[in-house]
Amino acid sequence: MNYSERLQNVTVLGAAGKMGSGILLLTAMEMADLSLKPENKGKEYVLYALDISQKALAGLMKYIQGQVLKAAEKKAVALRKVYADRKDLIENCEIIDQYVKDVMNIIRPVTTLESAYESLIVFEAASENPDLKVKIFSQIEKNNQNKPWFFTNTSSIPIGYLDKEAGLGGRVLGVHFYNPPAVQRLVEVIKASATLPELSEFVSQFIKNLRKVEVPANDFAGFIGNGHFMRDALHGMAEVGKLSKEMPFVDAVYIVNKISQDLLIRPMGIFQLIDYVGIDVCQYIMKVMAPHVKDEKIHSPLLDQFMELGVKGGQHSDGSQKDGFLKYEKGRPVGIYDPDKKAYVAIADIAAKCDALIGPMPEGFLPWKSAVGHPAKDDFFKKYFMALKVMDSLGAKLARDYAIRSKAIGLKLVSDQVAFSEKDVNTVLLTGFFHAYGPINDYLN
Amino acid sequence: MKMRKKVYLVGGYNTISMGTGRKEFSPKKERPGLEEYIREAGQGVLKQIGGAANVDECVIGNFIASRFNKQANMAGFFPYIDEGLTFKPCTRVEGACGTGALAVLTGIKSVLAETADVVLVVGVEVQNTVKAIYGADILAAAGWFKERKDGHAYFFPGKFSDRAGAYYEKFGKEKTRKAMARWYVNAIENARLCPTAQEYHNTTADLLAQGMAEPNPKGFVDNLNVFDCSKVSDGASGIAAVSEEGLKKCGIDKKDAVEIAGFGQVEYDITKPPKDPTKLETTAAGVQKALQMAGITKDQLATVECHDCFSIAGIMAVEAIGFAAHGEGPDFVSAGHTARGGKIPFNTTGGLMGWGHPTGGTGVHQAVTIWEQMTDRAGKAQIEIPKDKPFGLSINMGGDDKTLGVMVYKKI
Repeated sequence: MNYSERLQNVTVLGAAGKMGSGILLLTAMEMADLSLKPENKGKEYVLYALDISQKALAGLMKYIQGQVLKAAEKKAVALRKVYADRKDLIENCEIIDQYVKDVMNIIRPVTTLESAYESLIVFEAASENPDLKVKIFSQIEKNNQNKPWFFTNTSSIPIGYLDKEAGLGGRVLGVHFYNPPAVQRLVEVIKASATLPELSEFVSQFIKNLRKVEVPANDFAGFIGNGHFMRDALHGMAEVGKLSKEMPFVDAVYIVNKISQDLLIRPMGIFQLIDYVGIDVCQYIMKVMAPHVKDEKIHSPLLDQFMELGVKGGQHSDGSQKDGFLKYEKGRPVGIYDPDKKAYVAIADIAAKCDALIGPMPEGFLPWKSAVGHPAKDDFFKKYFMALKVMDSLGAKLARDYAIRSKAIGLKLVSDQVAFSEKDVNTVLLTGFFHAYGPINDYLN
Repeated sequence: MKMRKKVYLVGGYNTISMGTGRKEFSPKKERPGLEEYIREAGQGVLKQIGGAANVDECVIGNFIASRFNKQANMAGFFPYIDEGLTFKPCTRVEGACGTGALAVLTGIKSVLAETADVVLVVGVEVQNTVKAIYGADILAAAGWFKERKDGHAYFFPGKFSDRAGAYYEKFGKEKTRKAMARWYVNAIENARLCPTAQEYHNTTADLLAQGMAEPNPKGFVDNLNVFDCSKVSDGASGIAAVSEEGLKKCGIDKKDAVEIAGFGQVEYDITKPPKDPTKLETTAAGVQKALQMAGITKDQLATVECHDCFSIAGIMAVEAIGFAAHGEGPDFVSAGHTARGGKIPFNTTGGLMGWGHPTGGTGVHQAVTIWEQMTDRAGKAQIEIPKDKPFGLSINMGGDDKTLGVMVYKKI
């Protein structure tokens, strides 16, 4: 069975979710593009969009249609060639409409698992629950006579565990898209020890066709992305713990969030990033990772505390940010949650005093937005960290410790053989987290 | 053929050329409609010529509001400009991107025919109603529809990309691309001097480097980058064509008018490709006819407004007029001869690439720009009009060198 035949019948599980909808969109367009090739004329391509909620599926179809339309408008130049033999399609608008119809025609929104029993590929983007994933995989495996390939979007559960528990005989591969899959270029690919090589070959081709960046990771809980992020977050929260002994909790959160964004020149502060991913999701990922990590404690009492208080972060269905550690207005942090008072304290009220504690910005500072596109980026960061290195302020000290810890986390991912190279760690942080520089660098040497 | 009667243009007015590049433009915000642009330009002229009562006839130039705005019967907007235009003869003309010149020429001919002493001319297009990829469909109507299926998604950029490709092959890509980038630099620098220009707010530091960007055939066309192209614009321009009697009726001093010294209106078969894609032969025919009618040579021109819908079209226009031999247009442009301080300043308020290209309005805008230059009204964009070179030239082109309206103007 070749690449194109393999993609003739696919199911996306959890299709209406945040990750599932993006994977569905990308897969639907790839399948439609294949179906439009002359050699595939007359072949049937079917993509089941499986989710438990009819209402969510209705919303999903609307979302997909809008996204396909946008994509079609962007690739109209190529689409004119694809439809060159269709004499009835003359103007761009006719060609674009036809492409949207052709993509939508492939997708079948369904709510029952039986549809997956005839698929050749099952993309799983259900919630990050090991028991649930094992249960679904076993059921499909039992009823599907095609020996289907399972691709899971898990960001933390070991693939080998899923393979063994669901009895998949090596027909499972971790294909971890980043959020949102339609935009983010990074895909972490995780092989279990028994994973069949043809699955990886297929996925490499698939990722290439989607014009995304593949980074292989080893099958350790959390892989590279969350392996780094969770430990980075734990460091940030531990720093808040230390600072809180000398100052109010909200001041400490402000300071650590600020130094992890501004002084480290990252796109977001660490607490904003935790809110973006979701306090609930972070807590869950740590819970999944913890039993598989023997030499470190992957657990945060602070996250537990916030969850108990019902402060969860994450995003609304329209993509806007929910309040978490920070409170947001138009996407910008304006407050910090005080768990004692059970209320947000306005950032405007504490910023001046905390900024004075942090101290001045290092010489040559540029915000992330300017630094990320700097024409001589490496030189810029060398000079910047040189300036940071000799400063005596609290902010500079915290930033240095943060950068050193971040590098150590990266190096440990390599020495633990989670990542195959230092470069892979940096690629994940650069493309998946939009950092302007990789954590494994010599800037502070 | 000579001008059998003196005809003047007076009271020019341009709205802002609205679209990407203007600070006030946002694709998501609601914008003025077709009627607002027509009214602003029309009233702008009426104020200068003593009101609607002085107007004998009206001509509106519009390419294709029937698709951009689902609007036809455009002549009906004249009484909307001013109630005083009710029951006056009003006509709409169309010749694709060459519409504006046809509108002005129709006004001039009415004066020549002595059926009117004062003709109000407006040209308008509002094109930001659709995304560029769909606008390309609409604008493709300027070509032969039977060629649309085999054409590029961006139909007209595709046509001129093919011309540029042929030119690169015949005369060298490097020197041509450099000249095209230089054309872009001149366009933006001139536009920065004109408050109504679409590129008035442009602050790019290294325009030349931007202009030299390598074309991206995957997303756009083979031989042009986006800076080689005029943008999508909304805008209107208005002017009045008047006789000697008309000037008196409107109470306008001759020094506030520009005289029409000659014109050349020519057409080429829309179903036929250009004989030589490296030349604008219809443009050349129109220019020759206009200069002949005016009884002057190109060397008496002080300024030119040419139809630079694409930078390559600007360079080919330089050759079509005869300022440079075939294949030497790029050298002429790169030497700075078409810049505002050069031998013959082209497109002094930015042209189509810098000021903007509201298709049906462009020919009228060109006439307004030359009228401004010839009556010392161009503000910061003002150039010197030497006494021994009192003439200006405008070239307005519809389609791929098909419908040409060329005019020669004389400073009074």
